[in-house]
Amino acid sequence: MLTLTCPYCGVTVEETELAPGGEAHLKRFGPGASDEDFEGYLFARKNPKGVHFERWRHAYGCGKWFLAARCTATLEVFGTYPAQTTEPPAELIAKINEKRPNWGGWK
Amino acid sequence: MALRRYSMFAVAREALRFHAGWERAWQSPAPKKRYDVVIVGAGGHGLATAYYLGKVHGITNVAVIEKGWLGGGNTGRNTTIIRSNYLQDPSAAIYEKARSLYEDLSQDLNYNVMFSPRGLLMLAQSEHEMRGYKRTVYANNLQGVETRWITPSEVKDLVPIVNIDGPRYPVLGALYQERGGTARHDAVAWGYARACSAMGMDIIQQCEVTGVRTANGKVQGVETTKGSIDCGKLAIVVAGHSSVLAEMAGFRLPIESMALQAWVSEPIKPCMDVVVMANLVHGYMSQSDKGEMVIGGGTDGFNNYTQRGSWHHVEETTRALIETFPIISRLKMLRQWGGIVDMTGDRSPILSKTPVENVFVNCGWGTGGFKSIPGSGWAMAELVAKGEPGPLAADFGLNRFKEGRFIDESVAAGVAH
Amino acid sequence: MSTRLAKGGRLIDRAKPLNFTFNGKPMRGYAGDTLASALLGAGQVMLGRSFKYHRPRGLVASGAEEPNALVNLGRNNRHEPDQRTTTTELFEGAEATSQNHWPSLEFDVGAINDTFYRFLPAGFYYKTFMAPRFAWKHVFEPIIRQSAGLGAAPKEADPDRYEQAYDYCDVLVVGGGVAGLAAALTEARAGKRVIVMEQTAHWGGRAPVDGGQIDGQEPEAWVAAAVETLSGMANVRLMLRTMAAGLHDHGYAIGYQSVGEHAADGRPRHRLWRVRAGLTITASGAIERPIAFSGNDVPGVMLASAVRDYIVNWAVSPGDRVVVVTNNDDAYRTALAVQAAGLTVPAIIDAREAATGELPELARARGIKVMTGRGVAKVLGRKSVTGVEICAQAGEGGVIETVACDCVAMSGGWSPVVHLWSHCGGKLVWDDAAAMFRPDAARPPTGAAGEPLARVVGAANGLLQLGTIMDEAGIPAVSEVEAPLLPVWVMPAGAKEKLKFKAFLDYQNDVKVSDVQLAAREGYESVEHTKRYTTLGMASDQGKLSNINGLAILSDALGRPIPVTGTTTFRPPYTPISFGAVTGEARGELFQPLRRTPMHGWHEAKGAHWEPVGLWRRPYCYPKAGESHRTAVNREIVNTRTNVGLLDASTLGKIVVKGPDAGRFLDMLYTNMMSNLGVGKCRYGLMCNENGFLSDDGVVVRLSEDTWLCHTTSGGADRIHGWMEDWLQCEWWDWKVYTANLTEQYAQVAVVGPKARMLLEKLGGMDVSKEALPFMTYAEGTLGGFPVRVFRISFSGELSYEIAVPANMGLAFWEALNAAGEEFGVMPYGTEGLHVMRAEKGFIMIGDETDGTVIPQDLGLGWAISKKKEDYLGKRAQERSYMTDPKRWKLVGLETLDGSVLPDGVYAVAEGHNANGQRNTQGRVTSTYYSPMLKRGIAMGLVLNGPDRMGEVLEFPGDKGAVFKAKIVDPVFYDKEGEKANV
Repeated sequence: MLTLTCPYCGVTVEETELAPGGEAHLKRFGPGASDEDFEGYLFARKNPKGVHFERWRHAYGCGKWFLAARCTATLEVFGTYPAQTTEPPAELIAKINEKRPNWGGWK
Repeated sequence: MALRRYSMFAVAREALRFHAGWERAWQSPAPKKRYDVVIVGAGGHGLATAYYLGKVHGITNVAVIEKGWLGGGNTGRNTTIIRSNYLQDPSAAIYEKARSLYEDLSQDLNYNVMFSPRGLLMLAQSEHEMRGYKRTVYANNLQGVETRWITPSEVKDLVPIVNIDGPRYPVLGALYQERGGTARHDAVAWGYARACSAMGMDIIQQCEVTGVRTANGKVQGVETTKGSIDCGKLAIVVAGHSSVLAEMAGFRLPIESMALQAWVSEPIKPCMDVVVMANLVHGYMSQSDKGEMVIGGGTDGFNNYTQRGSWHHVEETTRALIETFPIISRLKMLRQWGGIVDMTGDRSPILSKTPVENVFVNCGWGTGGFKSIPGSGWAMAELVAKGEPGPLAADFGLNRFKEGRFIDESVAAGVAH
Repeated sequence: MSTRLAKGGRLIDRAKPLNFTFNGKPMRGYAGDTLASALLGAGQVMLGRSFKYHRPRGLVASGAEEPNALVNLGRNNRHEPDQRTTTTELFEGAEATSQNHWPSLEFDVGAINDTFYRFLPAGFYYKTFMAPRFAWKHVFEPIIRQSAGLGAAPKEADPDRYEQAYDYCDVLVVGGGVAGLAAALTEARAGKRVIVMEQTAHWGGRAPVDGGQIDGQEPEAWVAAAVETLSGMANVRLMLRTMAAGLHDHGYAIGYQSVGEHAADGRPRHRLWRVRAGLTITASGAIERPIAFSGNDVPGVMLASAVRDYIVNWAVSPGDRVVVVTNNDDAYRTALAVQAAGLTVPAIIDAREAATGELPELARARGIKVMTGRGVAKVLGRKSVTGVEICAQAGEGGVIETVACDCVAMSGGWSPVVHLWSHCGGKLVWDDAAAMFRPDAARPPTGAAGEPLARVVGAANGLLQLGTIMDEAGIPAVSEVEAPLLPVWVMPAGAKEKLKFKAFLDYQNDVKVSDVQLAAREGYESVEHTKRYTTLGMASDQGKLSNINGLAILSDALGRPIPVTGTTTFRPPYTPISFGAVTGEARGELFQPLRRTPMHGWHEAKGAHWEPVGLWRRPYCYPKAGESHRTAVNREIVNTRTNVGLLDASTLGKIVVKGPDAGRFLDMLYTNMMSNLGVGKCRYGLMCNENGFLSDDGVVVRLSEDTWLCHTTSGGADRIHGWMEDWLQCEWWDWKVYTANLTEQYAQVAVVGPKARMLLEKLGGMDVSKEALPFMTYAEGTLGGFPVRVFRISFSGELSYEIAVPANMGLAFWEALNAAGEEFGVMPYGTEGLHVMRAEKGFIMIGDETDGTVIPQDLGLGWAISKKKEDYLGKRAQERSYMTDPKRWKLVGLETLDGSVLPDGVYAVAEGHNANGQRNTQGRVTSTYYSPMLKRGIAMGLVLNGPDRMGEVLEFPGDKGAVFKAKIVDPVFYDKEGEKANV
């Protein structure tokens, strides 16, 4: 039973208030994209055992989508941030580097 | 190596000397330098792959490598349900192959896997579900899968403890597979392991793969915690950790690892002889031979490698089952546990060649892994032996995602297991 | 023979006797008794039969670890199987019956298994019962199932109530013994918000029984003072009868509280607490280990600590002559307690070569015979202990002396309760000196920030001496100094097979030393393999007594150290919890509460037959007295098509999309163009997911220059609204669009049929004429005084108005329509009528024609896919090879040659079989109904090259060999020219 902090509300909420939304920072490919790019966008998943960037919606709260960096092996949450960005905030990356020196980056 | 046959007479003979004469069920050798085929993962699927490689294709220079203990992943964590009442042709084919192999598996392996074709029902609790299951029955009849639609009163006869009248969702009938049922999950792994070992295959436990060696796009071997092992072909059969192994081999899979939970009650005397699934409310239940009510529901929705799930799913599924089976309210939950399942883009499995030559994957069984073990092993052995999929595996290739050729079973049922 | 002692018993109130029955026999105990102490006090030693061999069994323990003394409790709808007597507080009128025997506890036919014990070793069933094949299902399995299981299954629904509650705290202390209370005091005084959960009905744990001094006081007095102090603190919540069942991720603890158990006073039976705890301090104590010797399961063989618990707490003597068998000093306390109660200790059998500690010396000084270097060769007796055969611990079991006794108190040392520590990842370390696994403080379970989630104190941390336990909290305490124990896993050390076959590890599941050794011999080397092969630790006590002994024996058999073997996984709950408590109050009406439209009650009053649709329930039809559903549906359709019908369409999703970029956004969302829809116009639209599959449909209305109203399917509103927000927030966050799901803010009524206009005109208030309000337009105004939005859209092919009113006026408006429509023959119609009428018109239904694998192109909906747009969600996916494959099945109409109705879901067969031996198919039925207008069956289906095969006849195998022949036709069956809607 996870708890995550909604970056909009600022409150730490129960998993039951949230809806998970899968891997974050996927780049959408539409018409004109190659089969490979389109397949990669829809299906290929990093699914790491370790640091994972993912989408959540504060579905039974403010309704906003946000992003989280979380370890899938320990469930430690490194941080959450608004969804309106194409990459994780630098300070979050720094924090993860400190806690998981060999984590291999978010891409 | 000749295997001493198990039988009632053998047990009686051993009884006289307090069972001092039983030999090891499987050997525990050190890895050799090279194998024709290395299978990563000594769960049911990996061991079955090895078994049919030997039995059907005559390939016995095989190692099955396991990071933990054999059968210790999802094979030993599921709710042991066996059924093949799938809607889509490719699914029905491979699950029915599995189910039919289960029928004779105890005799084939000389190990009692306790296949119990006690009957399986999927309750229809809405008009929509009813139409979906009727469609499944008609599909199954053409697929060679014996299922039928039964009425509420037939449901009540088969499951006297079910609450037919709702109140929330009345039972409108059920999709019934008379020869669906359960088997003893550990015994399936153990029986295959014993048979593989008897064919001279090496089952190497406590041996974690740390790297996949390739040259010119072709597999050469694996690095493990017990040293480097060369192989001609590599089969990755590691439900839950498929993405981790794929990453080592240099490709990504359309898979996310998620927790799936199950729980059991304390043992009581027999009160339910069949397996019942109530998909509208996301719950299913059977009674084990020990007397425990065995319960499961759907997966968690987020990536997770901890083998622990979230508590609220336990509450939600238990609620659904108390509505369905009011007598269980006063039973007590004895134990809950979790496993990590591979969820694919269309919730159907992958048996496929990969971007690396001679590397094959068998993964993505989601919540349906146990029931498919013999069929999966059969089809995977064929794929590995021939280098190309046979008819059972043909539709489950990775290429389907690029082509948009989904095998989607959620059509008929919200959850699967 | 056990009995109630004349005096003593710190927990019982002799002034309050309680009557109860066991197997129908009336017995008496006292308030403060557990069912176990009351039974033992009433002389009932044998309480049940074991799982496999049906051996007679009695109490082993006095607490949650009890494996044997489980009973059926209560009857009829309050019957509860497998109730643990040691944790059941006695209550007036309790009715207990013993389990797992036939015909009676004293004479059990199943005990024949015990006679053939040699033939039934661990895992015998994996090696047998394989021939003949059918016999497993029809002969062996039924026999095994019948003889397994424990308590009887309940037969009725549970009448009791359960509750769930939430709480938050800085520190959750698990265990109300002296270590837990001391930790709670420290944390509470530091200003922390503290919750203390104690599973029993009493504070203090073992200390009041075991003695010593805390802060210069008797433990009991110290406990009372500590509880008083804590009770007076506003930041502390003390909870008795609350078992901490599990510690889950991010500090989510589950507490199981017994509230109104057996009270029948309206309180809930159990309450399940879900507590978010910043830190959990596990002060859960330790559990004494049995010793494996032959006959260690005969009723009367008990844990040493349990024997003194029964004497001190409840004034119950487990026997007149108690032999103590031990490998440690602590068990001497039992000998002293037995003696102090005026009973006899014929001997203390100590496996150690010497016993020179404070307690052994005290025992000797009191005249108790202490035999060191000795073990038990065998316990005599079957249904109760009659004596023990004593041997050298180092030998093979040669009998040195036989001692008559009626109770054996055994102690193999103590194992810390590490369950909660382990539930979400805390690691253990093997303590060789104390022969125990205890929490490894360096590897605790971790929480959301990676911080330690748990800390451990007291005996749970392996501290077994009162002084060291209290020292942690800085409180001075003393007790007798104990000498080290000698690890003893089997007694005697060289026991032969015959003894080991009767030396039990897991009592309930009948797992013996010989079974574990057999598993090791056969290669089941992992502790998990051994557990599963032998069922060690899989009983309802989950190995609380057996696990450590079992894995020690396994390690010994494999010649490897115990920590290499490790433990099995500790899983919640700590002890079993009722499913009722897991469910809480979400039962019956509160299980998935109904969503109701404003007119729900009206439908109910009119006897609607319901159909579940998502969380809604919609009228399927409104049968009149004596009318079948089928007849009612036909009547409703005919009436609607000839007069006028009313449909409660309030469940339809209504999402407002507004803003400067709303048109652009909807162009991405729908396959067709929405930005160019004129204000006041309606357009049918399709939505696909990124995989190209149809996910929803509905009519879009442009309300104003920057505002659109999107109708979705009944089940789809929340999903589609979430979908819109997903794209707006995560992909196109710079687009200026606002969405609001107004589904429940409006009631909606479809007024359908040739007389619909007449009806609305009678209500009056706005112009609903063809000229003022043509097909596929919308207007706002009033009707009969109600403020309305009127949409001229039709899902039936009739003249049709869908009218939205504010939800609070929905019922009144509906009633006004019914009243005004009387002269036009108005009738309500249900979902089935809706379905049939849309099928008569060849309109698709999401969920029928679509199933998550269908794209709009399959359904002849190419007209609704804009060719002008560069992009929409799903467009790229629809360009993939399988989506453009000409062999995709396409929508057609189907008409049986004989006019019959095709069954739901039938497939059209093609020649031959595929490579997997499955019959080839070439189509399937997606919707099939009887059309009361056409008086014949009509159907829609997806067929290979269907639209090019008009007139061809397909074969659809039905039930029992029946084959339906149907012709491929146009899917529009009724009013092909569409004249009826356009009037």
